[in-house]
Amino acid sequence: VRPSLQDLRQQASIAAKVFVQRDYTTGTICQFQTKFPSELETRIDKQQFEETIRTLNNLYAEAEKLGGRSYLEGCLACVTAYTIFLCMETHYEKVLKKIAKYIQEQNDKIYAPRGLLLTDPIERGLRVVEITIFEDQSNGRIEGR
Amino acid sequence: MLGLGVTEPMRECQYSEISVVASSPMDAEHTKRVPRRRKWETFPGRNKFYCNGRIMMAKQTGVFYLTMVLIVVTSGLFFAFDCPFLATNLTPAIPAIGGVLFVFVMGMLFRASFSDPGVLPRATPDEAAHLERQIGEDVANGPGQGGYRPPPRTREVIINGQTVKLKYCFTCKIFRPPRASHCSLCDNCVERFDHHCPWVGNCVGRRNYRFFYLFILSLSLLTVFIFAFVVTHVILRSSQTGFLSALKDSPASVLEVVVCFFSVWSIVGLSGFHTYLIGSNQTTNEDIKGSWSSKRGKENYNPYSYGSIVANCCAALCGPLPPSLIDRRGFVRPDAARPSPRSNGTSAYVSSQPRTRMCDQDQCIQSTKFVLQAAATPLLHNELITVSGGHSLSGKPSLGGPCASLPAAQHTPPGPVPNATWEAEALVRRDQEKSLFRWRASDEVSSPPSLGHGNPLYDPASQDSLHQDSVRGLVKLSSV
Repeated sequence: VRPSLQDLRQQASIAAKVFVQRDYTTGTICQFQTKFPSELETRIDKQQFEETIRTLNNLYAEAEKLGGRSYLEGCLACVTAYTIFLCMETHYEKVLKKIAKYIQEQNDKIYAPRGLLLTDPIERGLRVVEITIFEDQSNGRIEGR
Repeated sequence: MLGLGVTEPMRECQYSEISVVASSPMDAEHTKRVPRRRKWETFPGRNKFYCNGRIMMAKQTGVFYLTMVLIVVTSGLFFAFDCPFLATNLTPAIPAIGGVLFVFVMGMLFRASFSDPGVLPRATPDEAAHLERQIGEDVANGPGQGGYRPPPRTREVIINGQTVKLKYCFTCKIFRPPRASHCSLCDNCVERFDHHCPWVGNCVGRRNYRFFYLFILSLSLLTVFIFAFVVTHVILRSSQTGFLSALKDSPASVLEVVVCFFSVWSIVGLSGFHTYLIGSNQTTNEDIKGSWSSKRGKENYNPYSYGSIVANCCAALCGPLPPSLIDRRGFVRPDAARPSPRSNGTSAYVSSQPRTRMCDQDQCIQSTKFVLQAAATPLLHNELITVSGGHSLSGKPSLGGPCASLPAAQHTPPGPVPNATWEAEALVRRDQEKSLFRWRASDEVSSPPSLGHGNPLYDPASQDSLHQDSVRGLVKLSSV
């Protein structure tokens, strides 16, 4: 039976955790540092990692973008005394769902086979991207994927 | 669950023989017995929650009720006493507009008071440990580059050409993002912290600033509206019946005029001030400190401003509304897969989150109980001293575990342990199971597994041995 992501979390033991911090050089919008942490050197490509973080950054930028669409949404919400959000979700929430799907997909395809796990930053208050490094088990329980 | 998979079937058999603990070791069953708690119930800040976590306010809400009473009473009097006259003599549009304004004001007030201002959740223990390590490294590295090093616990970042200092928050154990500040009244770090408003009963931050602004703006309009039309009403009436009899006919008008007169100055003033802040994209905090004022230096400018007043206004009022980061109504999840009982020496950031949730007060209570119980059984007491050694009764978290199980063998009473989450309970039971299993399998004191970077908050060694002894003590007590 191929272990699922769930099994990975439950059965494997955690060797270490790496935290990718926020990058504030462009202001207060949510961006993460693309610097490659040294602990991941043995596990994953630098390019791959940077690609993941860059995509995440782009998604967050899209969520917080100020443009015609967000202004329209804001004005409409104000006019309806913000009751409109009882029926529809905000643009930000829609993008967060996209991000959650992206992270899930990255975990399944790229990170879990290498014994790593990305935690969605929203679960950490958008402070860090937490990457859990699981122990390298020689019985192939993780590598088997 | 914890890598003890192989031993579980054996453990189950053993449990059916020992009657001290009646509940099963399985976490799945455990969730059925104890109701899951929502995250707002274990929120570390000093906030009050209502409607099962949907409403979030500061601790002191007295002034908020005053605000509500003032608005509702004044508007009520206006609609009851002045509007009939105005509607018949002038136009019914007056009460209509007044009604719309009133509803808008109350709506904005509730939105500003009840929503999450943008609270930053506190760092998980792993994150905090990681940051501490990084800070330690920064200190160790020393002032190498150019002789200048920012003091530890601060980081400098350059935003749009301006140097901004990020401070470390000791309570939340994070480096505060720019423009965030820690509210001492609510004991939370809030993003884009403006100020704590007692009138609104909440902090004003990134997520509710627009509601706050619209509230004071619409309230100033309402105040001016009511003031103007009450005066009109009195004037019209006095032209018909004389001034004094006009006042006698509608006594409420006097009260309304007084309230409105005194409110108008402060509220309109506040609206004007906040309009200026929005136009220049500053927070009250920054304005008071003069962080971006040109008085500080020629090169000092606001790096967050979008350039024009219109752009700043649009961004503040119509920009995207970020979601709440604290997920009040989510359920508290048990942390999976921790800690690893194997001594591999590299489990650096083993999470001890469930344990840290037990508050010091509970530990004190429990450790006192433990001491009393221990004293009751001399044999147990002696063993404790030999086993625990350096880890004994110092009131450290390690005593929280066994004590929670002593009062009632299987159920941690909710009374004396108000803050213990069900994770803590699950943990207690898990440790109990482990100790029971060891007791049956081999009647010796286990050697403590060595964790490479022993988390100071949790020492499984002392927990296990104390558990063993507490169980032994329990059995002995019950046999008396």
